[in-house]
Amino acid sequence: METFAGIDFPTWWFLVIGAVFTGYAILDGFDLGAGALHLFFNKETSRRTALNAIGPVWDGNEVWLVIGGGALFAGFPEVYASLLSAFYMPFMIFLVALIFRAVSIEFRSKEPMLWWRKMWDISYCLSSGLLAFLLGFILGNVAIGIPLDKDHIYRGDFADFINPYAIMVGITSLSLFMMHGAIYLVMKTEDRLYAKLTIIVRRTTIFFVISFVITSFYTLLYIPHLVDQIHNSPGMFILPVIMVLAIANITRQIAKRKYLLAFLSSAVVISVALIIVSLELYPTIIYSPQTPANSLTVYNSASSSKTLGIMLTVAAIGVPLVAAYTTFVFWTFKGKVKLDETSY
Amino acid sequence: MDVEILSRIQFAFTIAFHYIYPPLSIGLGLVMVFMEGMYLRTGQEIYQQMTRFWVKIFALIFGIGVATGIVMEFEFGTNWAVYSRYVGDVFGSALAAEGIFAFALESGFLGILIFGWNRVSPRVHFFSTIMVTLGSMFSAIWIVVANSWQQTPTGYHIVGEGMKARAEITDFWAMVFNPSSVERISHVWSGSFLAGAFLVTSVSAWYILKGKYIELSKASFKIALSVAAVTSLLQLFTGHKSADVVAHYQPAKLAAMEGHFDSLKAADLYLFGWVNKKEQTTTGIAIPGGLSYFVHGDIDKPIRGLNSFPENERPGAVNFVFQTYHLMISIGMALIALSLYSVFLWWRGTLFDKRWLLWVFVWAVLLPQIANQVGWYTAEVGRQPWVVYGLLRTSDALSEAVTANQVMFSLIMFTLVYMLLFALFIYLLNKKITHGPYDHHDDEHSPRHMEMAGSFTSEHPTEATPAPRGKDSESI
Repeated sequence: METFAGIDFPTWWFLVIGAVFTGYAILDGFDLGAGALHLFFNKETSRRTALNAIGPVWDGNEVWLVIGGGALFAGFPEVYASLLSAFYMPFMIFLVALIFRAVSIEFRSKEPMLWWRKMWDISYCLSSGLLAFLLGFILGNVAIGIPLDKDHIYRGDFADFINPYAIMVGITSLSLFMMHGAIYLVMKTEDRLYAKLTIIVRRTTIFFVISFVITSFYTLLYIPHLVDQIHNSPGMFILPVIMVLAIANITRQIAKRKYLLAFLSSAVVISVALIIVSLELYPTIIYSPQTPANSLTVYNSASSSKTLGIMLTVAAIGVPLVAAYTTFVFWTFKGKVKLDETSY
Repeated sequence: MDVEILSRIQFAFTIAFHYIYPPLSIGLGLVMVFMEGMYLRTGQEIYQQMTRFWVKIFALIFGIGVATGIVMEFEFGTNWAVYSRYVGDVFGSALAAEGIFAFALESGFLGILIFGWNRVSPRVHFFSTIMVTLGSMFSAIWIVVANSWQQTPTGYHIVGEGMKARAEITDFWAMVFNPSSVERISHVWSGSFLAGAFLVTSVSAWYILKGKYIELSKASFKIALSVAAVTSLLQLFTGHKSADVVAHYQPAKLAAMEGHFDSLKAADLYLFGWVNKKEQTTTGIAIPGGLSYFVHGDIDKPIRGLNSFPENERPGAVNFVFQTYHLMISIGMALIALSLYSVFLWWRGTLFDKRWLLWVFVWAVLLPQIANQVGWYTAEVGRQPWVVYGLLRTSDALSEAVTANQVMFSLIMFTLVYMLLFALFIYLLNKKITHGPYDHHDDEHSPRHMEMAGSFTSEHPTEATPAPRGKDSESI
């Protein structure tokens, strides 16, 4: 098998896709979280300010999902096919929520009527919250595994997905994104909305810490295959340590009102959480609990070495470009939100 | 209904709906580049006003295009798992390249295009307009490359057998430049330019007829008409090239497009007609031997007819393919006639004197849309029964794990959501057009209103870092 820097191509591609989805979780995470908090703001100007805080960037953030989806399709077609067809209903609901969210942001400001704005506010808040929940819900199901047959076809039904663990991970991702979004909003706002958000930030942080602790205990006690890697190689214990320190640092920076540092810390939390899940699963991507031999791994689901090599070149050119103009856009819209005639 | 027909309906419906928007984005993007370019060159406010107006409409179109486009990316996996496994190595690469090279570019700069008017210099804004347009055009490249590979697969080999068979890339550039890529990309681009240009001429003609924003509308109309005139001719050329490719690589599709059954006979070129599949006859007005002439340069040379293909290797809906194909061509010709005649009047200096012509332009916005849609129906239905031509049948490409009930549920859901979306789109488009290009009556959005509402709290230049410092005491 072809390797680059001592790591084989499927593993490289696993890392690339992992990085893209981590980027997606950090970036879309804050705007989904900001959306899920939307109904906590009562005044029209507050809602407009909150919406415009993510206005110029949410679309660019969502691109990471598109890239991740395409990368999964290209790199691990078996996983893309099995995962999406297995999770047919959750993904359909996910897609419809994405549509509703996009059009709510887009349409809200187009009419001045109160009922119109209220309707889109509710739709924006619910769809954002639902998306934040579903991302965790699907991740939770992937983490515990789904039954696959020898052709990697899903053999189960919709009811299998609705299990306490997946729901718990869903709640955790919702709380994580709400905290992440609240920290982002607090950086972008001023005056009374800012004051209100400093309170919301604390509450969402508490919400996150509670869900995080419960989910962690759940995992430790009941899902052995999600802890055995760290269990077997104590060196990796550094990861949960970083995680806990990062969470502690969020509260510390919030107390000091250094919100940029708090935001970076919550980005670290998101990254480490996904790194731990990926490490524990690797080389498996989709685990089949009853028949582990049928699991999809980076090796039995990957595209040809040729394609992976091409795609690594594409990623090597593309990712720095995307990072460059993402930075440029964020830099252009840096600082507090100013509503003007181009705003939503 | 079974999973196959439901999945096909759902895919056809979601892609057809999606395809209303990207061509408009691409075409409108190009027209906006010219408008803003004129602003930078001449410095005349009117060009900036029109660019700002069309950017707002662009934002609406783009938003729905993105929302419905993400659905497409995941629908391959949800409904066509076997297909996804089969083509992932090839098709997935094109799709991933689209995401990273094209979609990221357009979505990244979109923020500046829409919200950046007061944040960046006119040059940087113009640059962003160009980047968004280029991004949308690159998007089309990769998507059409992927689809063209399905029509004329090259640069791959098949690994494994039966259910385990997969197409794998052997030559990336041969896959990208498969025999139909270049022709079909240019054809799709031209169709998109027409869609965007005719939207602008439609709205501008309506304003002129209503006696509103006359100067601005005339200037916009001329820019869009120039784009329309050039691309309608380009479309004839790229269309002819695409038909050549079909004739060479997909003879069954060509035969269906012209309703040609008998392999021993020379083939006619129909202007319009009706195909009776049972009787194997096509009746209508035709140029005798016309198709033979186009394909072979000889009106007497026979063309392979549908009869020479086994029943299960030729498209079933022959009349549908025939009708959609001919409708596309008729519209293409009508657009050429309309735009060239208007350019002639422009040259004569009487372009805006004929009210009937302006009314024709008001409604002509629908024509490129219809042509783009039916053109794709021809391409996709004409490829049947294959999803990857000659390699994988549509009926074999489904998800095994998905049941008819699930697809029925999602199909109903998409139908309802898209109907709502379309109604909102038309309503808001109409509203924006009625509102017009000027903002001073719009209290909701004017800076003065915001100032009164107390939102402008700081007149200071924006801080260098997003983290707030030292403002805390007064806020709590």
